[in-house]
Amino acid sequence: MINIGEVTETNKMVEQENLDVRTITIGISLLECIDSDLQRLNDNIYRRITTVAKDLAETGKKIESEYGIPIVNKRISVTPIALVGGAACKSPEDFATIADTLDAAAEAVGADLIGGYSALVCKGMTKADEMLLRSIPAALCRTKRVCSSANLASTKTGINMDAVRLMGEILLEVAERSKDRDSVDCMKLVVFCNAPDDNPFMAGAFHGVTEADAVVNVGVSGPGVVKTALEAVRGENFEVLCETIKRTAFKVTRVGQLVAQEASRLLGIPFGIVDLSLAPTPAVGDSVADILCEIGLEYAGAPGTTAALAMLNDQVKKGGVMASSYVGGLSGAFIPVSEDQGMIDAVQAGAITLEKLEAMTCVCSVGLDMIAIPGDTKASTISGMIADEMALGMVNQKTTACRLIPVIGKGVGDTVEFGGLFGYAPIMPVNRFSCEEFIRRQGRIPAPIHSFKN
Amino acid sequence: MDRASDKVIITVVGKDTVGIIARVCGYLSEHTVNILDISQTIVSGFFNMMMIVDMKEADRAFHECQKDLEALGEEIGVSIKCQREEIFEKMHRI
Repeated sequence: MINIGEVTETNKMVEQENLDVRTITIGISLLECIDSDLQRLNDNIYRRITTVAKDLAETGKKIESEYGIPIVNKRISVTPIALVGGAACKSPEDFATIADTLDAAAEAVGADLIGGYSALVCKGMTKADEMLLRSIPAALCRTKRVCSSANLASTKTGINMDAVRLMGEILLEVAERSKDRDSVDCMKLVVFCNAPDDNPFMAGAFHGVTEADAVVNVGVSGPGVVKTALEAVRGENFEVLCETIKRTAFKVTRVGQLVAQEASRLLGIPFGIVDLSLAPTPAVGDSVADILCEIGLEYAGAPGTTAALAMLNDQVKKGGVMASSYVGGLSGAFIPVSEDQGMIDAVQAGAITLEKLEAMTCVCSVGLDMIAIPGDTKASTISGMIADEMALGMVNQKTTACRLIPVIGKGVGDTVEFGGLFGYAPIMPVNRFSCEEFIRRQGRIPAPIHSFKN
Repeated sequence: MDRASDKVIITVVGKDTVGIIARVCGYLSEHTVNILDISQTIVSGFFNMMMIVDMKEADRAFHECQKDLEALGEEIGVSIKCQREEIFEKMHRI
């Protein structure tokens, strides 16, 4: 039987170490909503989402109270809208009306965010894909809850450089349209290489076409728990260090598995996956960077950071995989800058640069995440940064992403406030040399060779 | 589909005083909640108790008991939490 020590340990994780379930995300297929009439399509989408997800908020609350574990977000992901809207939408504005519908449906069921305003263009773009991408600035600026993503590259197809070029421009337009609010709408937009179909985390969640009608995915979070566990093994060897991380990741993930199964039972929707990511928040002690410091670095970004992060990421997976029957999504340590107090400190101390962050994304999910850059950064430069990140994912057969925030009207030395879970970010300097000629080239970068791996 | 278990963990934490266990047990027996296990420690004046109870025969729903006990805790000056046992079972047992 459970003993008092174990009960105290679990409750301490929640009360003092910020253990929580970051999100319960219901994935909903909208393929059955497709219609060539835009009004009917919008009606179908609204009805479908508000029917399938009607108990989402209630279920989250119930689980929270019964188990005493906070569930921070209740979310929805849907089939990439470029596929759903293709038959009905004749212009970017037509697509933007679907964003309005998604926003209204999410609000109606009490979902915090809804993802899937997306296009999968890793090899080529259909007319519908391109219209959707061009509608992103309008869609994000007039909705609250809608998140958008685009898959621009994959290991199997290479990198769609036309889409990379376009997204550099789109991102700047999103920034421009929300410049009176520090360009915050950019944080609702992410681009991927090898985007997973079952990611519960925003802004990149969408319900892939390989998925069933509806599915429940759960993302856990527990950097504070790992950090506290490591405080007890200071100075110990790597074996002890790794075992401690694994054991902790196991415990954290078991909570996610329990919540996922319970949510699935209450909602009557099949359980999909648990995402094993270590997702930080700006709360003190809930930081991935602090774990790296606990492992032995003065700041995240110091020499050794990439190795420490690779080890951490791998141990989290090893511990987590055994704790859950199905694992998926992004599954890895997140290293966003603004959402992680330890990362913010590292930037302010001058310990970490964009280039080091890029290196770190080679060994963990998910990419250059929540990084504020100067508002006068050129579109081609942003596309260049995206292309670099896509190349890392493509060659290393992993998911990588870019969620950059060019803050219009601000430069290096300034800080931007995003509020709540999103925290704040010091603006980081970007390499000032041009890649314009490279980005101007048309077409795509071919898929890498899958043999002769060196 | 029914849940597998009706076992609930009740934790009571706060400043030690006379009759905490009596009050909590009184409430539980009134609502036919069966106590399976109790352990208790006092760490530097702080009362720390855990009970494993079975709510199968309880005449009040889980969330009602949860509210009542929370209110009772406030009355005595301690914090009383009710959580389903599975979260501990899953985390600490393979």
